[in-house]
Amino acid sequence: MEGNLYDDAGYSPQLDEYLSEIGHWFRDWGDKDWENRVLSSGAARLNEFGYDPFGMSPAFIRKVIPIVRFLYRAYFRVSTHGLHELPTTRLMFVSNHSGQIPLDGALIAAAVAVEGRPPRILRSMVERWVPSLPFVSLFMARCGQVLGDPENSRRLLENDEAILVFPEGTRGISKLYRDRYKLQEFGTGFMRLAMETKTPIVPIAVIGVEEAVPALFNFKRLARFLGTPSFPVTPTFPLFLGLGLLPYPVKVHIWFGEPMPFGGDADDEDDVIDRNVDKVRDRVAALIARGLKERGPFPFSVLGGIRP
Amino acid sequence: MSVIVLTGIAGTLGRLLARQLHLDHEVIGLDRRDLPDRPKDIRVYTLDIRRKRCESLFRRHKVNAVVHLNIMHDFRRPQAELHAFNVLGTQRLLEYAARHGVRKFVFLSTANVYGARPDNPQFLTEEALLLAGEGFSEMRSLVSADMLVTSFFWKTPQVETVILRPAHILGTATNGPSAYLSLPCIPTVLGFDPMIQVMHESEVVGAIVAALAPGRRGVYNLAGPPAAPLSALAKYLGKRTLPLPYSVLRALAQRAWQMGVAEVPPPELDFLRFPCLVDDARARRELGFEPRLTLPQTLDLLRKSPTFRRSVR
Repeated sequence: MEGNLYDDAGYSPQLDEYLSEIGHWFRDWGDKDWENRVLSSGAARLNEFGYDPFGMSPAFIRKVIPIVRFLYRAYFRVSTHGLHELPTTRLMFVSNHSGQIPLDGALIAAAVAVEGRPPRILRSMVERWVPSLPFVSLFMARCGQVLGDPENSRRLLENDEAILVFPEGTRGISKLYRDRYKLQEFGTGFMRLAMETKTPIVPIAVIGVEEAVPALFNFKRLARFLGTPSFPVTPTFPLFLGLGLLPYPVKVHIWFGEPMPFGGDADDEDDVIDRNVDKVRDRVAALIARGLKERGPFPFSVLGGIRP
Repeated sequence: MSVIVLTGIAGTLGRLLARQLHLDHEVIGLDRRDLPDRPKDIRVYTLDIRRKRCESLFRRHKVNAVVHLNIMHDFRRPQAELHAFNVLGTQRLLEYAARHGVRKFVFLSTANVYGARPDNPQFLTEEALLLAGEGFSEMRSLVSADMLVTSFFWKTPQVETVILRPAHILGTATNGPSAYLSLPCIPTVLGFDPMIQVMHESEVVGAIVAALAPGRRGVYNLAGPPAAPLSALAKYLGKRTLPLPYSVLRALAQRAWQMGVAEVPPPELDFLRFPCLVDDARARRELGFEPRLTLPQTLDLLRKSPTFRRSVR
């Protein structure tokens, strides 16, 4: 979109100014060639103003990349395992969900964009209550995230895009520290969709984010009052106010499994679907077990070494 | 040479449509308002569509098709009047059409009947529920009229019924979206920047003409060029935006509405926060609907409209 007349048209003026300033500080982290490759991978369906039908703006993502890159490389020192050549067709990534704030989504998307061959823009499916939040909804939409509605997912997959699904939903993201790495129940919608659109599923395990925001207690009444899915109480939140919700700089590992194809009839009996869902769930659980084993005993597991 | 009854002929869309249809068809206009400068071959009855005398028109002429554009969108009118005009008027027309052997009934609804909601899928298909009336009572008569024609479509197969639900229409028409984008400074909701679909009035006229072709029936969304964020539209039009927190904007809108200054009721602010976009794949496939204008061209045409130019001066 460089040099386009409408290149900088659009996105919210408030967010824009703020982000371009922050982006400036991290400009050195940027790699223009890589950025262009990533952004052009999703640029086929942009309109005259540089937006895709779901409101994603590569010009906006360009401003966010330095921040995500900083989080990915320096803050969480992310290591990926098993991320080989990716098919360029439709793909559905299915991951465990944790960490109170959707950090895992951002890190998986960064992993696929930074280390995927070829790099791809991953569209994650967000919770239903997110679109009603000011700024957050806007930020997410411009970064290419989409409301997790079956119709939206189907539309993206039919355009051969790659989507990221958390079948645990809020059950996963808002679970407590003592339940860490215990997979919650999976929804079944993703499986019907994958079968209907003949999309291979890539199982993912994210290790480390569980410790980044360790919730000791969920203040359910306050959450209901605020209209949020949960109100986590961590050692630092709400003690140190908003700053306390800042995730701890834990070493993060992302494990990718082999793509799993699922054939058959999407309208099949529930127990057929459930069996397929369990296959994916077992794969994710196996990846979690392996990841936990390989990262070693406690202090080293979360501290991590210098990135190899 | 078929006979077409065109209700709401004095409106902007009505006049544009009449100008296009009168060469090939006999056009009979029906409107409460007068239409002074019209082509000689167009007959206009200055009548309220609810009046009994309308039916005599159907008796006198062998009407082949009805295009119903005469829907009141002015939310300042009292609820009862809106309901009486939009719903009862539509019902009468449907009765006449069924009774007098009309072959085709085209109704211009709006995509707003789906309502702007945070959990809307990005693109609504024709099967989506019409939820605009929820918490937005002023919209209810429009939703009811749409539902009335839709059920007529199912119950009366001998009349080919077409319901068109276009996205926001821009152009010389003095409608809500055109007036809003013509404001000297556009108020928006802080932290929100929804994707918006706009289409030029000429595209809508084209779709109505396409819907009149024999064999075409059903409910069709119309979307025009690809959607863009509200702020991008404002920027292209050279307008400044004024982002205000929702609570402040809502309070202002409420006050202005009560004082009778504002033309939009407060619930309509949801259209500035949440998406209400439609998928028009069916219209493209079955009606052959294909927008001719790009988004910049559509906005350039709005710029040339008198309302817009007055605002810039």
